[in-house]
Amino acid sequence: MSLIETLQTPFVWRALLGGLAIALITGPLGVFIVWRRMAYFGDTLAHSGLLGVCLGFLLGLSPTTGVLIVCLTLAALLAFLQARERLAADTLLGLLAHTALALGLVALTFLETLRFDLTAFLFGDLLAIDNLDLLWVWGGGSIALIVLIAIWKPLLAATVDEALARAEGVPTGRAQAMFTLLVAMVIACAIKIVGVLLITALLIIPAATAQRLARSPEQMAVFASATGIVALFGGIAASLTLDTPAAASVVTCATLLFALSRIIPVRH
Amino acid sequence: MKHNGEYYIIASYLSIPRLIMSASPSPETLLRISAASFRRQRLTILDAVDLTLRREEIVTLIGPNGAGKSTLLKIALGLLAPDTGEVWRAPGVRIGYVPQKLDINQALPLTVRRFITLSAATSTSEVENVLTDTGIPFLIDASVHTLSGGEWQRVLLARALLHKPTLLFLDEPAQGLDISGQDAIYALIRRIRDTTGCGILLVSHDLHLVMASSNRVLCMNRHICCSGRPEEIRHDPAYQSLFGGVNVQHLALYQHHHDHEHPLCDHEHHHHPSQSPRP
Repeated sequence: MSLIETLQTPFVWRALLGGLAIALITGPLGVFIVWRRMAYFGDTLAHSGLLGVCLGFLLGLSPTTGVLIVCLTLAALLAFLQARERLAADTLLGLLAHTALALGLVALTFLETLRFDLTAFLFGDLLAIDNLDLLWVWGGGSIALIVLIAIWKPLLAATVDEALARAEGVPTGRAQAMFTLLVAMVIACAIKIVGVLLITALLIIPAATAQRLARSPEQMAVFASATGIVALFGGIAASLTLDTPAAASVVTCATLLFALSRIIPVRH
Repeated sequence: MKHNGEYYIIASYLSIPRLIMSASPSPETLLRISAASFRRQRLTILDAVDLTLRREEIVTLIGPNGAGKSTLLKIALGLLAPDTGEVWRAPGVRIGYVPQKLDINQALPLTVRRFITLSAATSTSEVENVLTDTGIPFLIDASVHTLSGGEWQRVLLARALLHKPTLLFLDEPAQGLDISGQDAIYALIRRIRDTTGCGILLVSHDLHLVMASSNRVLCMNRHICCSGRPEEIRHDPAYQSLFGGVNVQHLALYQHHHDHEHPLCDHEHHHHPSQSPRP
């Protein structure tokens, strides 16, 4: 089958559509993760994915709902611990990430009836997404994007300097809590498609790529989404022609774009 | 904490004279902190501190490291709530705040124009006006990541002024600047007070310049040791025991620097437009 014929098959279309939704939301969300130095927070939520899948199975809910519940719980737990403990944020995140992963693995052994594809879970299954997955990722992605645009101004002010913004009357607490919620939501919606190990990459690498070319915060968000979309198309094409894993090819492609962004000359 | 208009009752206390006083502050009063105490763990950081700030007044907090100056400033700003005591702000006050130097992530592309308008709804001409007032109109499209220390202080002042503050809070506004840079910043602060009539609360280590710029000085070390006009403070035993020796040295240095220019020292002179033309 030639590449053109392959592109006309439904599973490729679903992969492209699902990936497009993910690229559109991870761009703007990712720039804030980079600016706020929260890369490891995304990783922690992803690590809890397995626990979420198990919880969803136990409660008779969809895996995505289970992951969403666990992600939101972890985000709340982190906020609670940060206010109470004197440990640094990265120590707390390490504690939560690996506890959640270990609990997930323990829970898995008790759920003998749960059919579970560990490889798909770790690396994602971009080329095997169904209509329900599409609904989740487009529904969750659109809501996240609309909310992010609504809180953009206060969130940006809080990201530049929290105390200064708060003194000037910006509702920083609300914007920051909302942002944490959005990260949890997007990770939960995208984890099945991109996989636990690679979801953080899609938040970080396009944002890092956009940084050198962007002249304003909004430009950086748009460039990050564009980078994500190019990486998505390139990665899926590579996966179809070279028979490589799809999500991994997308991330590799994003890294190539990052390298390219550092090589090309930029006028400042 | 109960929010009742602009009136914050942080902890109730039943001293009748105080209640009468707080019910009818003079119309010139912008901010009043009464008997504010603040503890963390078992350490007392502030002990029954009183502070009043009026229109067209520069009040300066001085004190050694760990004296609680920044904590008091944060309480005045509303960023922290005291454990006991009361904070009152005049209805309708607008707050401008110049924090100590910010640490902005290098990956965040931000121009000066964008930085100062982050939390203000404002027009381009207003932005140009405040940048002209602070002496840095040529920096409007510069990246905040390329600013020198003196330029940063002016940018932070411009951001505060954009809010048309009636209450201006400055945390070490001349930190890290050389003597002529400090002199220029304090001259700018005095001019802001004279042209806008706002009340200014200043935290500073620059004793010599503070003395020249302030209407009142509060010398504190967890509590207010002494307060008054600068020339009164200088002779107060409490002040002399905290700063006496240091101040004499600074005054001597200051006189020396103030008498002439420094041709050899030009590492912090970017803040004068004529000395730092930008494309």
